[in-house]
Amino acid sequence: MAFGQKFKLINMAKKTFVVGCFDDEEVLFPAVKKTRLAGYKIHDIYTPFPVHGLDHAMGLRETSLHTAGFIYALCGTSTALGSISWILTKDWPLNFGGKPHFALPAWIPITFELTVLFSAVGMVLSFCYLCQMAPFVKKHHFHERATDDLFVMVIETTGKTNIDELKGFLSNNGAKEVNVQVAEPGWWLGRYDKDQELIREQVEVA
Amino acid sequence: MASIREQFEIPAKMKTWAYGLIGAGVLAFILGLFTKEHNEFIGTIMYNSLYWMLICNASMFFICATTLAMGGWQVAFRRVPEAISKMVLIFGPIAFLVLIYIVFVDHNHHIYHWLSDEAKEDPILKGKLGFLNPVFFLVWTVLAIGLWALLGARMRKLSAEADDAALRGEEPGKSFIWRNTVTASLFIVWFALTVGSTVPWLWMMSIDAHWYSTMYSWYTFASSFVSGMSLIALFVIYLKNKGYLEYTNQEHLHDIGKFMFAFSIFWTYLWFSQYMLIWYANIPEETVYFKHRVQGPYKGIFFLNLIINFVCPILILMTRSAKRNYTLITFMAVMIIFGHWIDFYQMIMGSIRKDDAALSWFDFGIAAFFIGMIILFTGKALASRPLVPKYHPFLKESIIHHT
Repeated sequence: MAFGQKFKLINMAKKTFVVGCFDDEEVLFPAVKKTRLAGYKIHDIYTPFPVHGLDHAMGLRETSLHTAGFIYALCGTSTALGSISWILTKDWPLNFGGKPHFALPAWIPITFELTVLFSAVGMVLSFCYLCQMAPFVKKHHFHERATDDLFVMVIETTGKTNIDELKGFLSNNGAKEVNVQVAEPGWWLGRYDKDQELIREQVEVA
Repeated sequence: MASIREQFEIPAKMKTWAYGLIGAGVLAFILGLFTKEHNEFIGTIMYNSLYWMLICNASMFFICATTLAMGGWQVAFRRVPEAISKMVLIFGPIAFLVLIYIVFVDHNHHIYHWLSDEAKEDPILKGKLGFLNPVFFLVWTVLAIGLWALLGARMRKLSAEADDAALRGEEPGKSFIWRNTVTASLFIVWFALTVGSTVPWLWMMSIDAHWYSTMYSWYTFASSFVSGMSLIALFVIYLKNKGYLEYTNQEHLHDIGKFMFAFSIFWTYLWFSQYMLIWYANIPEETVYFKHRVQGPYKGIFFLNLIINFVCPILILMTRSAKRNYTLITFMAVMIIFGHWIDFYQMIMGSIRKDDAALSWFDFGIAAFFIGMIILFTGKALASRPLVPKYHPFLKESIIHHT
């Protein structure tokens, strides 16, 4: 085991998850409701497509992404107006067809473009950060069919959770497949095959 | 289906308000007839009759556009824009009479310069006279208003089928949607050929007979559509407050709010495109339209227009919670309707009376007449049939609508 990988493993905060796989959203919704009522903590639900109303059912709060987008947009507007007005009135005034140096209408299209650009790029990057997605960065897949046809509900356990009871609970609520996984919930830089192998080894040791 | 209040009964207060406003309007008309200068008098009646007719007609555009898009979400409150669009049957003839009076009776070449004898000698106007002449004006105005009214009436008649249980089942439902689609597409095509292009040129842009702008018709359309959506929002909220429209909720209001927000931005886009190109090119024959508006007596109204119709909607209606808030949407709807009324004022009066801008009691009085008429007759239209098209194939989609 190379030093880098060792270091990474020390930094990984692995947790134990109970994973229930559903093959129908109509079964999933009541299961989500009952899971929350029973007091289990849902880590996340992975679905093959956006499921309308699932965020409500899971009790997720409204995202603040749009507020961030608004702030990025304001940054874009002020960057554009600030730099153009400084350049064209103070730093390097030029005469364009006899127009005044402070030619606000002519700047509006660029201001608009920069507003949209800042807002869009900023929101995409924020979104990637919030979802912990980036090029070369890895995240644990709880079930590969979550991108195809399975609705995968992942429940986080604590030391006090009765895992067998939870597994039974999920099967009773319509899960077609239930398993227990010890995994890193966050993102990490590295490779799937080696890192996963190492995790598995560690689990056996523990 | 739980029991719902599907029959609207006009509250006495609504009637009182309507008669009050109409009375105030008639009074203003009579007083204005004796005290106001003739062109100001005619111009005020003209921009009011055009504005209120176009925003009522925008309701039918909304119905047809959503029908063609196979939209289901609007079905729960669809009877509201239907009732509003029925106003075209009243405002259409009023606007027609006003226009015909100006062109044929008054022969007012102060308003329509292309009516004058000089126009026949004018090298620029000579080229436009094939379009700008009384006969074409008459024929096109009759066709425009007549077909809006006719196709609108057809859409409303089709909609009445949705009250009948015979529409149950797949086959009748399919045929119903198909017939709706056909009429809606006819209306949309005619709408594009009129409001989307020719009619604002003919009725409004030709006041500045020498001047032209390719943005003008879309600008007028955006203006009337965004205020039309606001009018729909006001009636929906009014009915909700009175305990009707049980199936309409915040989800639907949110989508109406999105229309108000988006088309305010669209209007601004057109406003700016028109202004910036003319400002940049700086050709005297084009800047003549903006000279007295930006630097003359209309300065205040011109920029107030931009603040009410752009700055306020973009800042206030941006958040999701604002679009789902009944009070805020009511406030913004009133503001947008007022703002675009101001817009029509500066578009038409700004060209008729270039050296003097004053919104007076007369403007508000004439507007009160039209508002009163909308309250009275839309109320009657709402009461004349069930508020929910019970057997519309998309009703369920609308009830469970979720934004």
